[in-house]
Amino acid sequence: MADFEVPKFREIPIIPEPHPGVMAHSKPFVAKEEFQKPLGYPGELVDNWQEAALDKMKDLLGKYRSLRLFLDICVKCGSCTDKCHYYLGTTDAYNMPVARQDLLRKVYRRYFTFAGKFFGKLGIPGFVGAADLTKEVLDEWYSYFHQCSQCRRCSVFCPYGIDTAEISMAAREIMDSVGLGQKYSNEIIGKVFKVGNNLGLPGPALEDTLEGLEEDVYDDTGVHVRFPLDEEGAEILLVTPSADFFAEPHIDGLIGYAKVFHEVGASWTLSSYASEAANFGMFIGSYENMRKVSLRIRKAAQDLGVKRIIFGECGHAWRVAYSFLNTLAGPFDFLDPNYPVPQHICEYTYGLIKEGRLKFDKSQNDHMVLTFHDSCNVARASRMGDFPGGQFVIPREIIKATCNHFYDMDPDTVYDSTYCCGGGGGLLTDDLIELRVKGALPRMEALKRVVEEHGVTHMAAICAICKSQFTKIFPYYGFELDSIVSVHQLVSNAIILSDQKKAEEEASETAEAAETEE
Amino acid sequence: MSTVSVIYAALFYFATAVLVLGVAYKIYVYAKTPAPLKIPTTPAPLTVAGVVWRMFREVVFFHSLFRGNKWIWLFGWVFHFSLFLVLARHLRYFTNPVWDWVVLIQPFGKYASFGMVIGLLGLWARRFLVARVRFITSPSDHLMLALLVAIALSGMSMTFVSHTDIVSLKAFFLGLIAFDPQPLPADFNLLVHLALVATLMIVFPISKLLHAPGVFFSPTRNQVDNPREKRHLAPWAAELERQSST
Ligand code: SF4
Ligand code: SF4
Repeated sequence: MADFEVPKFREIPIIPEPHPGVMAHSKPFVAKEEFQKPLGYPGELVDNWQEAALDKMKDLLGKYRSLRLFLDICVKCGSCTDKCHYYLGTTDAYNMPVARQDLLRKVYRRYFTFAGKFFGKLGIPGFVGAADLTKEVLDEWYSYFHQCSQCRRCSVFCPYGIDTAEISMAAREIMDSVGLGQKYSNEIIGKVFKVGNNLGLPGPALEDTLEGLEEDVYDDTGVHVRFPLDEEGAEILLVTPSADFFAEPHIDGLIGYAKVFHEVGASWTLSSYASEAANFGMFIGSYENMRKVSLRIRKAAQDLGVKRIIFGECGHAWRVAYSFLNTLAGPFDFLDPNYPVPQHICEYTYGLIKEGRLKFDKSQNDHMVLTFHDSCNVARASRMGDFPGGQFVIPREIIKATCNHFYDMDPDTVYDSTYCCGGGGGLLTDDLIELRVKGALPRMEALKRVVEEHGVTHMAAICAICKSQFTKIFPYYGFELDSIVSVHQLVSNAIILSDQKKAEEEASETAEAAETEE
Repeated sequence: MSTVSVIYAALFYFATAVLVLGVAYKIYVYAKTPAPLKIPTTPAPLTVAGVVWRMFREVVFFHSLFRGNKWIWLFGWVFHFSLFLVLARHLRYFTNPVWDWVVLIQPFGKYASFGMVIGLLGLWARRFLVARVRFITSPSDHLMLALLVAIALSGMSMTFVSHTDIVSLKAFFLGLIAFDPQPLPADFNLLVHLALVATLMIVFPISKLLHAPGVFFSPTRNQVDNPREKRHLAPWAAELERQSST
């Protein structure tokens, strides 16, 4: 199936020995000029790239305390060394979080610290972990900073909270600014600027898709569940990852949101201008690009005159939305102050469940035994609800309200210890498939255990990237590719639509009437 | 006053200046550099009081490290806690009269030096024995441990083997504080101990020892989780906003 070896499940999860460089060949495609320019970056590696890279580094060191501090204070204790799924899956020493940071840190030390400059002059920079910025170093950066999904698992276990994601973002921003960008992320950001979403799905196509969905749901339930687009004056703007419009199982999640809105009679709309919740500006560490993408949501909300913004199921999008949106595109004083801005669709649905406004027939999900994959950005970089850890509780409560069979995976692999799916952080591209398969190992092992112990058949998730990644890599590990489901797909399956009951009653009345007539 | 005394007096003035100014400068840089985005590692506290409690657990109990690796935690915590007791005990050389609580912990402070050495050797052993840690270790990391072990051992040699002239030593340091230098006992163990301590003080602001003040500035640990309630905006980001709106 692949020209690399799929890692074997470890019977006992022994920490692998480090093998420096075994993944050095893993590099995503480099962005061509056409994908660099719209983001404001040089089209190809500039001649004075060393100088330019150091200038950019200096700039970032002054702008981000995280970067400056994290590069200074790591004590090389080793606590993070076995926490990265890419290390566990590839065994490459440079995928140990601290070793990944060191790739940037050695250049920082060489050019920005007294110790590095001093020993550098003596010709032994390595003595204090410093190194010159050479082409080899740049190549290492390109390779290994694209082997970090910015999942923040390392940060949880570091005594100083050193977050390698911050380092990777800075490194990518430096590389972009000298003309060495990653095609996948930059091309996608360009599409958002041009068309409004990652897929490059223009408004009319989106309209068709949504109409198709309305028909499908009608055929299925006999209820006219609407999927409104660009409806001015709607109360709620739903911003959802564009994968929800066409990919499986994402689309079943979208149907779930629509049914929830329908059931409570909410007035809502999608926007063709902001038809994307994802914000890859974060992956490339670019405040400016992340801000530009975010401002589209603000504009859409203003143009449509909505009162609330709700985000669909997507991990990194929720991080940008929850943690950054107010900073990047706020203040949102034109929205209804009675609701948090923005809200997560899970918060919304959970609130309705608690109010008793949704009724479910759990047996509709009886063909599945479920577990839940905490997506890293939701788990470690955001919150839901009004208490710490709501991001763990709320999705699980929704699953339990809609399903009879639910089992959590090993506690070391869920909640804030959750393992990344292997495809986050701008790595969900076919040119990195080896990395994606290998990085999924720890999650696959945990899944395997609940499959064996509890007969789990499906894993639910609330992230578009996780869903796409699992669909792709499940077969490598012997799982069915459709064993991944959206949380709101479970809602969609189980929800009892009052209109549907009416429709059914009418239908059976007519049928009975027809029978008596005979 | 002997040449040695003069050299050591000068050395300690220099080392103290480097330590204080160096660390102050670093703290200034950390404090001044903004964290433009809300990046606490969640679940995170929702209030300032909660953050204080989180930081307290980190600094006093090494909570995250405990979750991360029990061996590193054990050796690291034993070392740091012992170091704290030992340092506190050393206050007796700089205060007159000696504070009551310093007198109280004197016996603990004496034996804590063993804890220091055990902790350090444990941490050092990992740098050789665990391949992952070996890989991330550079020569300066070994040197730092060697320096700390040497400081501990030279100090212990005076506590437990051959006592030095504590009265004159104290006079020396009180003299330094009063800018009225007094002679230092020319005891070999003492001179070694003091030279190593001065070295550590000088290295402090240019090395990973900055983790001590640095941890308090870590945005993943010291931020309140309230981005939806309160708009967080760095000065440079506000400037960017201004420029792009005109
Ligand atoms: S856990 Fe933190 S301090 Fe320890 S090696 Fe990793 S990044 Fe450095
Ligand atoms: S952020 Fe995640 S992917 Fe990146 S180094 Fe840390 S654990 Fe690995």
